[in-house]
Amino acid sequence: MNAAVWQLVQVFLVVAISPLITGWVRFVKSRLNGRAGASPFQPYRDTYRLLQKEAVVAHSASWVFRAAPYVTFTAVWLAAAIIPTFTTDMVLAPAADLIALVALLGVARFWTALAGMDVGTSFGGLGASREMMIASLAEPAMLMVTFSLSLISGTTAPAQIIAFILGGGVGIEVSMGLALAALVMVAIAENGRIPIDNPATHLELTMVHEAMVLEYSGRHLALMEGAGMVRLTLYMALIGAIFVPWGVAAPGGSVVEAMIGLAAFLAKSFVLATALGVFETMIAKMRVFRYADFLGGALLLGLLATIFLYVSEAV
Amino acid sequence: MPITQLSYDMAHLIGATVLMAGFQLLYQRRLFAVLNTFAFQALALAAAAAWQAHIQNAPHLYVTAAIALLFKAMIVPVALHWLVEKLGIHRTVETAMSIGWTMMAGVALVALSILLVLPVTANAAALTRESLALAMSVVLLGLLMMITRRNAVSQVVGFMALENGLILAAVSAKGMPLVVEISIAFSVLVAMTLFGIFFFRIRERFDTLDLSDLETYRGDRQ
Repeated sequence: MNAAVWQLVQVFLVVAISPLITGWVRFVKSRLNGRAGASPFQPYRDTYRLLQKEAVVAHSASWVFRAAPYVTFTAVWLAAAIIPTFTTDMVLAPAADLIALVALLGVARFWTALAGMDVGTSFGGLGASREMMIASLAEPAMLMVTFSLSLISGTTAPAQIIAFILGGGVGIEVSMGLALAALVMVAIAENGRIPIDNPATHLELTMVHEAMVLEYSGRHLALMEGAGMVRLTLYMALIGAIFVPWGVAAPGGSVVEAMIGLAAFLAKSFVLATALGVFETMIAKMRVFRYADFLGGALLLGLLATIFLYVSEAV
Repeated sequence: MPITQLSYDMAHLIGATVLMAGFQLLYQRRLFAVLNTFAFQALALAAAAAWQAHIQNAPHLYVTAAIALLFKAMIVPVALHWLVEKLGIHRTVETAMSIGWTMMAGVALVALSILLVLPVTANAAALTRESLALAMSVVLLGLLMMITRRNAVSQVVGFMALENGLILAAVSAKGMPLVVEISIAFSVLVAMTLFGIFFFRIRERFDTLDLSDLETYRGDRQ
């Protein structure tokens, strides 16, 4: 019974909180830039405004263009809903699996890229091609992280990984540190944050994600932007849940424990969002041709994490 | 303090930080960034030595940590900074291989050092093995840095990074006498002074620190 309730809470929580997290990152960045900045709640207002507006669709657009926002948002939403953010006691916990997660995000990316190419503008195609390049580099790294985590804990299900870590199954492990670094790099690339992509730009030469959704308006745009916000929340929840699992309630726990887990999740998300804002302020965007070095570095870190497991005999 | 699993884990984590700094050295493209990364690596090394002193109850290792902190994290990077500015060197690092390939070679070297360490230390505890593998990887990455960089300053940084790996191995093993570490530290300082003089001489003569330009002066290549 509880499991179903918590699952429902989780499903709506990730959507409800994600504009606030995105707004908070923007707020931190504008404050660090010396601007007053919009309120952290601004993304809610933006989304509301977009939902009120008429959706304009180009003449050359096919059904793919109209379907893509719904498919993308649903895939990302589902992916975010299966991460045990505040309790591992959820109905979908057995289905949650890091590899399934990668696949769901892959579906979302595939549809976004299709939509980018569908209208036939040059920007959309350019954005789609870059997005695919980043994805082809980031996904192996993400899978490498998954492998090292599953070698440590013997499972690819986040709920069981969390239970394993909370049960004291793993100490301070070199491999965990390396996997964390790799996952953070992948998260930066997948969310299109600086130094890979600038989420605030509409400059032709540098934009990746924005280029693909350039043709969208109204509710379609709201869904596309919502998918981006939920994806950011998803990665923060994933990093927070696996590498800092303290506070996450276990199955059979009381309501109080789940509330503590909820508070811990919110605290972790805001710490990570603040860190992201500070990091983005300090660093410049890198050239497109250097993506391979950056994400290759993430892949190598994941590889090293796996290699070191064999030295420390943790396997 | 009794040696527990946690204290070993911490030691390995700091050792891994030194190794990561070694990888970062390979990734950097600008001279000042290389120097800053080197300073960070030396800082991590000092932390590693201090932690070993703490868990082994070996006060002399604190001296090693202090030497690493003072000489390698402060004096050497500052001196090299000053040299680079004084000489007005072109600050982009020329690499002999692309960064991606260099990083891949680096991971291969880490795998190699693990393969080397595993049979040699078959009787040792897993804990010693990990530190030894880490230290050996740092040494090999330093060598790789010396091979793949064309600029004399970054080659010297590669040499110093290699030496950081040696110190890391020395502090992880129990019972390394202090005099050895002190002599290594001073020899590095002397080496840096000599390198500095050489930089001036090379540039005076050839107007560059890019060592590939010097190859035309070699006798065997007519």
